[in-house]
Amino acid sequence: MAFNEHALQRHGPGLKLSDKIWQINWPMILLIGLIALVGFAMLYSAAGGNWQPWAARQAMRFGVGLALMLTVALVDIRIWFRWAYLLYAGVVVLLIAVEIMGSIGMGAQRWIDLKIIQIQPSELMKIAIVLALARYYHGLPQEEVTRPSRVLAPLVMILAPAALVLKQPDLGTAAMLIMVGGALLFIAGVALWKFAIVLVAGLSAIPIAWNALHDYQRQRVLTFLDPETDPLGSGYHILQSKIALGSGGLLGKGFLGGTQSHLNFLPEMQTDFIFTVLAEEFGLAGGLLLIGLYTLLFVYGFAIGFRSRNLFARLLALGLTCNLFLYVFINIAMVMGLIPVVGVPLPLISYGGTAMLAVMAGLGLLMSCYVHRDVRIPRRGLAED
Amino acid sequence: MPRSHDDQGRSRTFTRRALLVGAGQAGLLGLLGGRLYYLQVQESDRYKMLAEDNRINLRLLAPPRGRIVDRFGVPLAVNVENYRLLLVREQTPDFEATLEALSQIIPLNDKELARIRREVLRKRGFVPVTVRDHLTWRQVSRIEVNAPDLAGISIEAAQSRYHPQAAMSAQVLGYVAAPSQADLSDDPLLQLPGFRIGKTGMERIYDTELRGLAGSSHVEVNAGGRIIRELARDEGKPGRELVLTLDAGIQSYLHQRIVGETAAAGVVLDIETGDVLALSSVPSYDPNGFSRGLTAADWRDLTSDPLRPLNNRALSGLYAPGSTYKMLVALAALEAGVNPHHRVYCRGVVQLGNARFHCWKKHGHGWMDMHDALKRSCDTYFYDISRKAGIDRISEMSRRFGLGSPVGIGLEGEKAGLVPTKDWKQAIFGEPWQPGETLVTSIGQGFILTTPLQLAVMTARLASGRMVQPRLARGFLDDPAEALDNPSFPEMTVPEPHFQIVRAGMDAVVNHVRGTAYRRRIKEEGWEMAGKTGTSQVRRITLAERRAGVIKNKDLPWHRRDHALFVGYAPVYAPRYACAVIVEHGGGGSKAAAPIVRDVLTVTQRRDPTGAGARPLLAGRPVEDG
Repeated sequence: MAFNEHALQRHGPGLKLSDKIWQINWPMILLIGLIALVGFAMLYSAAGGNWQPWAARQAMRFGVGLALMLTVALVDIRIWFRWAYLLYAGVVVLLIAVEIMGSIGMGAQRWIDLKIIQIQPSELMKIAIVLALARYYHGLPQEEVTRPSRVLAPLVMILAPAALVLKQPDLGTAAMLIMVGGALLFIAGVALWKFAIVLVAGLSAIPIAWNALHDYQRQRVLTFLDPETDPLGSGYHILQSKIALGSGGLLGKGFLGGTQSHLNFLPEMQTDFIFTVLAEEFGLAGGLLLIGLYTLLFVYGFAIGFRSRNLFARLLALGLTCNLFLYVFINIAMVMGLIPVVGVPLPLISYGGTAMLAVMAGLGLLMSCYVHRDVRIPRRGLAED
Repeated sequence: MPRSHDDQGRSRTFTRRALLVGAGQAGLLGLLGGRLYYLQVQESDRYKMLAEDNRINLRLLAPPRGRIVDRFGVPLAVNVENYRLLLVREQTPDFEATLEALSQIIPLNDKELARIRREVLRKRGFVPVTVRDHLTWRQVSRIEVNAPDLAGISIEAAQSRYHPQAAMSAQVLGYVAAPSQADLSDDPLLQLPGFRIGKTGMERIYDTELRGLAGSSHVEVNAGGRIIRELARDEGKPGRELVLTLDAGIQSYLHQRIVGETAAAGVVLDIETGDVLALSSVPSYDPNGFSRGLTAADWRDLTSDPLRPLNNRALSGLYAPGSTYKMLVALAALEAGVNPHHRVYCRGVVQLGNARFHCWKKHGHGWMDMHDALKRSCDTYFYDISRKAGIDRISEMSRRFGLGSPVGIGLEGEKAGLVPTKDWKQAIFGEPWQPGETLVTSIGQGFILTTPLQLAVMTARLASGRMVQPRLARGFLDDPAEALDNPSFPEMTVPEPHFQIVRAGMDAVVNHVRGTAYRRRIKEEGWEMAGKTGTSQVRRITLAERRAGVIKNKDLPWHRRDHALFVGYAPVYAPRYACAVIVEHGGGGSKAAAPIVRDVLTVTQRRDPTGAGARPLLAGRPVEDG
């Protein structure tokens, strides 16, 4: 508590709730709202000009998500710091739980049904891993960071949940976890040659990984390499998506004017392929505009990272931004046929409850970093002090 | 302070690496933008084309087949609504239950049920499956009444060909049926399920015009092939309405007049225009069966029938013309310089070398000149003059009258017949022509073979002295300008006095007391006909039989009896209509064939289908008199 008193003194009345609300970056909220609005419009269009069945529910979820985000943002960053490992451990338990349920039940299992809401632990893990790694590196002195023994723990922290997710099987999320973890390790200062080792190890593991993949995953990789060999089979998604995108042209076919997406040529258009709907109807202009909005959001994320006084918040902000970036990049690159089809949603736009809440929670943490940007957290932690 | 130094170091590392990550991300975002530009600008045209292909589906619309009408517009071939029962699986709450309910209304046998289940499994849920074709009105109404209980069941009206006269004019109109592999051409219509094309008769000859041009419907479809909406529609061009030269009334009369015979054929011609007013052949068949789709058993019955109902006897039946050939022999003799007053004494038999040639009248006709020989059909007289004319002159005369080559009316199966010559005999048999064969030919027996249509044309040419050429189509109703002009046939290269001698003979056959067909004359004043009987033997009468007395036709089995023929024209002094009838194994021409010609020519003159004066495409309807 001593530290709290100390911090209070340093920040004066800054930690009062009303002041915290003032500290929230409202332009950034506006930006988030704008992106979400684009999402509603596209879901409205994907339903053929109807609020049902997607747009209305998505708007409702966004409302809930916004409340969640603000709540998370207003929670003191030090509380998140304190709970980081626990949250991480909790999500790992959930991952193991779905794995067990999956083996009891039939086939792939990614969900925990809590009746009111279904939780997808792999989505939560994307945030929990950032929290845990940020806390780990926050407490590590400079000279320790580069020590090989100190790399082992974060590697386990990344690879254990990644393996669990891969087993679900969810190739996209597993890859995202590894990439977010890797990015965080890189930013935290892990020596570059260690990445080289991991890279070499990773490449040599490809044959082993290939054997571990499910048939449909292998098929996805193969059809990614040459989608047009099998236009009615696995390559169908990519090809149809490219046709829809390409036929949009410079300015698109106009709102509600998309033909490919409306005629069911595009599977899963309301979730993973929502960007295609947008790019078909608004063309290159619309696609670039959305990418621009996201870029602005990433810039905010980086700015928050640079602006934060404590390392935990810095790493957290950067990690969350990388997370967000990976969502956007993987999704858009996938629908454009740059990478294999993996089930990664477009944040704030794709239809889906868990993804929306996970993204909003992440943005809430990012905002918390901003609200508490001047809070200092000693390296050795809080309670110990 | 080491700690502060440490913090500064970490801060520098953090900033540097964060910027690196940021730069990497910016690069990747740039990659996305570039890819977007590549797809949406550089490759856009290609994908736009693919998108159109994806979305637009071209569906063919079958144009209504052109009707075929007779010369007065009486429909001979029309399109009727065919009610078809369709089932759309995804619209049925329970497919099996629906089938069950349906079979309560129209009984479905196991075979049908198996076929329906198979099709339903094979096709997508929204594709209609035909449950039953050609529903009766009763079935349609029963299904409509029960419609609320039969979700997913619908009745579709399609068009199918219907010939109201059925078998009556089947030999002229032909039939329509599904195209076979050999029929498939560039016309996409042929690929349409249920599409029918003309297979024989006028339906085949004018198939292209009757068929019309395919319409199309550009529909937007989704990935499942379901139609979302219609973007554009081209109705195509309906088939053209064909006007025939037939008079449905005469056609049906002729058919009814001969349908009682086992096998017979008849042709009625308009002498002036060559219009075929009626053309019939029995036994016939019902062309509507083909349009519905024949069963294998039906087809077997039709093709294995020894009387060959699919065969049009009027132009593919080959018959020895018998005595109806004598006019041509007379003309050939006249041309060879035989004096019409040249007389021959008929004793009933002629000796030529070792062979004896009999007259049909056992004890002979006595003194005969050309007129009397025609009137009484004296064989002996023609034996005599045929030797004077010679076979080649007779044959050449026959060719002028259209024998020995197809008339060229267009219907399939038309036969050329056979007009023998010395060269022909030498070429085919490698033997010289025998003088006796000339005698046999002179009474229309032996090698010579003709079709009823050829005999009708011959009669028309005899009556008019012109090169009458028959035709079956007058033109298309939609374009009267295209109506075939009434032809003016060139005069024949036979001197008119010769014609007059022969015509006088034909007049006498019917209208003189001792003529062979006097009892079959038309008694109505001004409508009298002229003609010639013919009886063609299908067996050889042996010497023994002649001695014992030639067996009467009624005592012979049907297939050994003589063919009965009659050719005639009317009115006798202003010939307008010609008619030829043959009754297979009907016995004597005067008894079996002449009454038919008499009745047909009477009815034809009563209807007077050619009217008077200028004739538009559809001739003015004649006044019916009781």
